[in-house]
Amino acid sequence: MKRTSLAASAALALAWAAQANAQSGELTLCWAAWDPANALVELSKDFEAQSGIKMNFEFVPWPNFADRILNELNSGGQLCDLLIGDSQWIGGAAENNWYVKLNDFFDKEGISMDDFAPATVYAYSTWPKGTPNYYALPAMGDANGWFYRKDWFAKPEIQAEFKEKYGRDLAEPKTQKELLEIAQFFQGKEIDGKTVYGASIFTERGSEGITMGATGALYAWGFKYENTPGKYDMEGAVNSPAAVEALEFYKELYKTATPPGYDNAYMEQSLDAFKSGQVAMAMNWFAFFPGLYADPNTGGDKIDFFVNPAQNVAASTLGGQGISVVANTDNMDGALAYIKWFANPDVQKKWWAAGGYSCHKAVLDDPNFVNTAPFAGDFLEAMGGVQDFWQEPAYAQLLLAMQERLHNYIVADQGTAQEALDGLIADWTEVFEDEGKL
Amino acid sequence: MTNPIDIAAKATPAPVARRLRGLSDRAIAWIFVAPTIFLLLAINIFPLIWTVRLSFTNYRANRPNEEVEWVGLRNYTRILTDDGIWATMQTTAHFLIWTIVLQVLIGFTLAWLINRKFKGNDLLTTLIVLPMMLSPAVVGNFWTFLYQPQIGLVNYMVELFTGTPASSFSMLGPGGLAPWSIIIVDTWMWTPFVMLICLAGLRSIPDYIYEAAEVDRASKWRQFWTITVPMVLPFLMLAVLFRGIENFKMFDMVNLLTGGGPGNETLLTSIDLKREAFEKWRTGYSSAYAIILFVTVFGLASIYVKALNKVKER
Repeated sequence: MKRTSLAASAALALAWAAQANAQSGELTLCWAAWDPANALVELSKDFEAQSGIKMNFEFVPWPNFADRILNELNSGGQLCDLLIGDSQWIGGAAENNWYVKLNDFFDKEGISMDDFAPATVYAYSTWPKGTPNYYALPAMGDANGWFYRKDWFAKPEIQAEFKEKYGRDLAEPKTQKELLEIAQFFQGKEIDGKTVYGASIFTERGSEGITMGATGALYAWGFKYENTPGKYDMEGAVNSPAAVEALEFYKELYKTATPPGYDNAYMEQSLDAFKSGQVAMAMNWFAFFPGLYADPNTGGDKIDFFVNPAQNVAASTLGGQGISVVANTDNMDGALAYIKWFANPDVQKKWWAAGGYSCHKAVLDDPNFVNTAPFAGDFLEAMGGVQDFWQEPAYAQLLLAMQERLHNYIVADQGTAQEALDGLIADWTEVFEDEGKL
Repeated sequence: MTNPIDIAAKATPAPVARRLRGLSDRAIAWIFVAPTIFLLLAINIFPLIWTVRLSFTNYRANRPNEEVEWVGLRNYTRILTDDGIWATMQTTAHFLIWTIVLQVLIGFTLAWLINRKFKGNDLLTTLIVLPMMLSPAVVGNFWTFLYQPQIGLVNYMVELFTGTPASSFSMLGPGGLAPWSIIIVDTWMWTPFVMLICLAGLRSIPDYIYEAAEVDRASKWRQFWTITVPMVLPFLMLAVLFRGIENFKMFDMVNLLTGGGPGNETLLTSIDLKREAFEKWRTGYSSAYAIILFVTVFGLASIYVKALNKVKER
């Protein structure tokens, strides 16, 4: 009897020890609080089951995401083992040794960057840009796109009125100027007994909103940050006549085709305006499109999507993020195991199915991909022409300067577009001089 | 009966008693004060000195590996010759002056009205002081809704009384209303504070002074200007000092309401400083900025306190 209970106790102790060992590893993944993050929580349950590592998540609302996480990294905190950080952070994160360089790990585990869409590898993983130095695995492809009220567009009386006014059918805009016409057409119109407005666009001042919105127009007009990549020669590029025209266009769109009081709006406000039936069209990140399509009131057959219209060139503002291992982690093996698991093509397929935007060619190159969601084709098209903001270590200074210049001109009616862009060059020059790059 | 001092002396452990017996009163006083002084030095004085030191460098807290250069007065020169920062100072001064003027006028009037005995006096006082009990974050958020052009109460009321369409203007948007909108909210929230201080001043005036004035047949108007105002003035000046210091560093409520916008119309120095320090991470530059603000507030407050003391001595 004694021997039996002893053996049972030993077995119990062993089982407990094994369990404790399996549970000893924990990982905290940090990201922004939004729909795809919830999808990742569900997806990560597979990883927990396979590895025995418990996953914790720290999701920060978008307006505070950069502040919160960059403070954490700056202070050498150990909150995050894994971080899905914004693409613009990669320069600073690489140079300040916040992220682990993943080249050796990728080589060892046979993870090839050739398996991911080139635009996403360039934007989310490399520093210096375009070099084969990888600090992240492309995790969440994203770009700024558009969606509209298909049911309103289809109304015969609206179709007739539009055709009479503009001499063409009311349909998804093919150019930025068509987009403006459609937005102005809907502005103040009565539909189903309610006054509606043209479009909800990004005008937010505090974080990155107005820059992300206005660059949608700037890129479409052919805006460039430098005349020669890597030379920081901005005169004539940033303030080119095309850039001035694009900025004037965005201001006109804001002044003549957005809801009243729409002077500090970003993702949430754009979604609210659309879901509450206020606007005919809205801009936002593709990441929100699955949720929009599933919305019981304004989704389904009432909504459709289109890529940012071209003007002089086809281009979209890049969103999205790569997943990185934070250098301060005390569970390096666990964090790398997660990256390895996440890079698996089968996991990437599940990621897309769950609502995340995979950047893996196994997903994107699938002939059936465009049929998997009503916005899948637009996503592919957008990712083919994405452009990103500066990814320099001083990106925050560069971004805040642009936020200020654009908001002052577009929303607060201060100065001209030319003055705004000339001023922006002066601000950026000062930053690059401080950085020793000019 | 045993002396309590003897009881305390007996209760003191022998080793402690032996050590204390050899110390002077002054030394014992220092022992008690030392922890507080140490904390003060560690928490207030040392960071201040460190900030002064950083203000002469190009240090960035987000780049710990970079070499820190001594830049002399460059940060100070840049700040003092920056038109943007002077504009921010003007915005802050506009906010400061108007909030104080309105709060003093309305706060004093309310205190004067409420300083009478009438039914429901206590309830009314409680209702008036409610706004200052709310968190600035809550106030910022719900005033954002009140100012919303389409569904907000403020625009609705303006339309109701003036016929101006509610959605034709935005209290927090472009058009020059935003600086006044934040003044309205701050006045709504903090007038009760000024009122309470004025009320304390009014209630500290002895009744016999008014009775003597009545005997001398002084009019109510004369009583107000020769008794009420001079005797409440030190309290009023104290309220102005508190509100001035608080509003000079105003951040939370305005940040929630406008974030400094539209453009830079409501960009107060505190919001600007936060951006420089914790968004652009120009630590050396923002240290110089903070020192300039500190010297400004400290200088103004010192002059003001001297004036306050003179008023009290009268």
